[in-house]
Amino acid sequence: MNLNRRQLLTRTVGVSLAGLFGVQSRAFATPEAVAEAVKSFSGDSEPGSGRIKLTTPEIAENGNSVPIGVSVDSPMSDDDYVTQVVIYADGNPNPDVITFNFTPASGEATASTRMRLAKTQNVVAVAKMSDGSVFTDTRNIKVTIGGCGG
Amino acid sequence: MASKPRVKVPKSASAGDIITIKTLLSHTMESGIRKDKDGNVIPRKIINKFVCEFNGAVVFSCDIDPAIAANPYLEFKAKVTESGTFKFMWTDDDGTVFETEKDISVS
Amino acid sequence: MKKHVQQLGVAIGVIGLSFASTSIVAEPVDDKLIIDDEIEMISRAKAPEGHPLPEVISGWHYRTPETRAIETDTFQNPGMLGVEQGEEIWNTVEGSEGKSCASCHDDAATSMKGVGAAYPKWDEDSSKPINIEGRINKCRVENMGAEAYKFDKGGQKPLTAYIKHQSLGMPVELDLSQGEMQSWWDQGKETYYKRTGQLNLSCASCHEQNNGKYIRADHLSQGNVNGFPTYRLKQNKLISLHNRFRGCIRDTRAEFPAAFSDTLMGLEVYTTWRGTGLSVETPAVRQ
Ligand code: HEC
Ligand code: HEC
Repeated sequence: MNLNRRQLLTRTVGVSLAGLFGVQSRAFATPEAVAEAVKSFSGDSEPGSGRIKLTTPEIAENGNSVPIGVSVDSPMSDDDYVTQVVIYADGNPNPDVITFNFTPASGEATASTRMRLAKTQNVVAVAKMSDGSVFTDTRNIKVTIGGCGG
Repeated sequence: MASKPRVKVPKSASAGDIITIKTLLSHTMESGIRKDKDGNVIPRKIINKFVCEFNGAVVFSCDIDPAIAANPYLEFKAKVTESGTFKFMWTDDDGTVFETEKDISVS
Repeated sequence: MKKHVQQLGVAIGVIGLSFASTSIVAEPVDDKLIIDDEIEMISRAKAPEGHPLPEVISGWHYRTPETRAIETDTFQNPGMLGVEQGEEIWNTVEGSEGKSCASCHDDAATSMKGVGAAYPKWDEDSSKPINIEGRINKCRVENMGAEAYKFDKGGQKPLTAYIKHQSLGMPVELDLSQGEMQSWWDQGKETYYKRTGQLNLSCASCHEQNNGKYIRADHLSQGNVNGFPTYRLKQNKLISLHNRFRGCIRDTRAEFPAAFSDTLMGLEVYTTWRGTGLSVETPAVRQ
């Protein structure tokens, strides 16, 4: 019998991994903190959507190592390129994750890495172009906890 | 035990190609908020910076926070127009810099 | 069967684990494990004679697409950092005899090819089965004048991973006709089916009767051992087989036997046999 993924998600997910970073008492970042960070990164520009694509799993089997990737549509020429992409997470102890700094020699504004997620939360990517314009994308990642501690 | 950084760069490419580069470093990325058995905070010790240069010019770099997983993995692109050497540098919180190089021949 | 499942649900509920309602079963994914676009792995095989299940399936098939993808690329697989460390140790002189593993065994790619696929083997000297960890220690003590590694310490995990990795893709096949291997298999089987702990669970309760179900969010596999030491995302490091055994036993709140004890060696012989025909995946990547 096959079960669709969505169904599964809603039935089996939802246990938080507060212990992952080793602390229960510490406050987590909030969506407000991330919004604040995005605002200060964006400066005078209003973040637009499109052009930037954040790729994440829908569901992470283990919050300790979650693959994420980002890709921005840009000619990456000397006078029109992506300068930076910043990644934030709104449910980790600290919202900062990583900043990718690109150059025209990057050829393509594409990068991926693996991150820690303390619990189910939103991951936000913000790209800044050489002309100062800003684009953003958000993904929700569900973090599950396993049944066998071994 | 640290092992040398792993880097994957194609050996050759045509001028103008956009190549994929993969890097993996063995590192615990201690976040600075975990506690040991006695309840003491384990000091933060992470790779906080990564730089990739080609023939001396920066192609791509990252500023890294404790939310990056242990054994940091990075994959990115570079446009190559001439033969030369990629240099990769990871900077630890304690100031140590791990370095490695890879040559590519471009025709 | 149904009754059994319900009992298990109740039992596990006691410690806060539960199988997702019995209707939730997801088949192991239909996908092909090919490493580096080159090595076609046998991740499903017809079960050996006497096996309770018709087909043996690698734990790889039960993981999410992202976890599966990491294993298909030896570059991305962080377990390979351990393998590389193992290679360094292989070539490092240690002990009073001034020898390294390579002094006697030369290139592991040749001398160790297929070795990991056939362990545990019978060891005449101790009249017991010996696993790769044990064989490494034997060579360190008898051939190098070096100290035996303690469980999971020193170079034990990386060297074991390095040796097993030389058999990547080769099917697991034990020779149970050696010495008294068969009686250790029998003993391991007994352990496998013995219900223990407050929850009264056996390995078979989870990995035989309930594989394919979800326990919390973990998709239960057959508990095969062909990928050990495995790189676990949870700990972000290589995890040895006996550590995994102990973890699974601990979860049932049973008293747990020591690593390399007779009980766990029997279990290693038996569980390795249960995965007969599957490719060695070391270092496999698991959640
Ligand atoms: C002085 C020589 C010597 C050194 C040094 C040595 N070994 Fe051995 N090793 C042997 C001999 C002899 C055998 C037994 C061959 C047999 O029984 O067929 C053996 C067997 C093995 C086997 C089993 C091979 C099989 O086919 O079952 C493994 C695995 C092994 N050694 C690993 C190691 C490792 C790892 C090291 C370094 C820590 C090492 N050896 C160092 C001599 C040595
Ligand atoms: C309460 C249920 C439960 C019991 C009982 C249990 N396990 Fe597990 N085991 C798990 C879960 C959950 C996992 C992780 C998901 C998976 O691979 O099944 C796991 C994983 C494993 C793995 C790793 C599989 C791989 O692909 O890497 C092995 C090996 C294993 N178990 C062996 C055993 C043995 C041997 C026993 C008996 C001593 C046992 N387990 C008892 C739940 C259990």
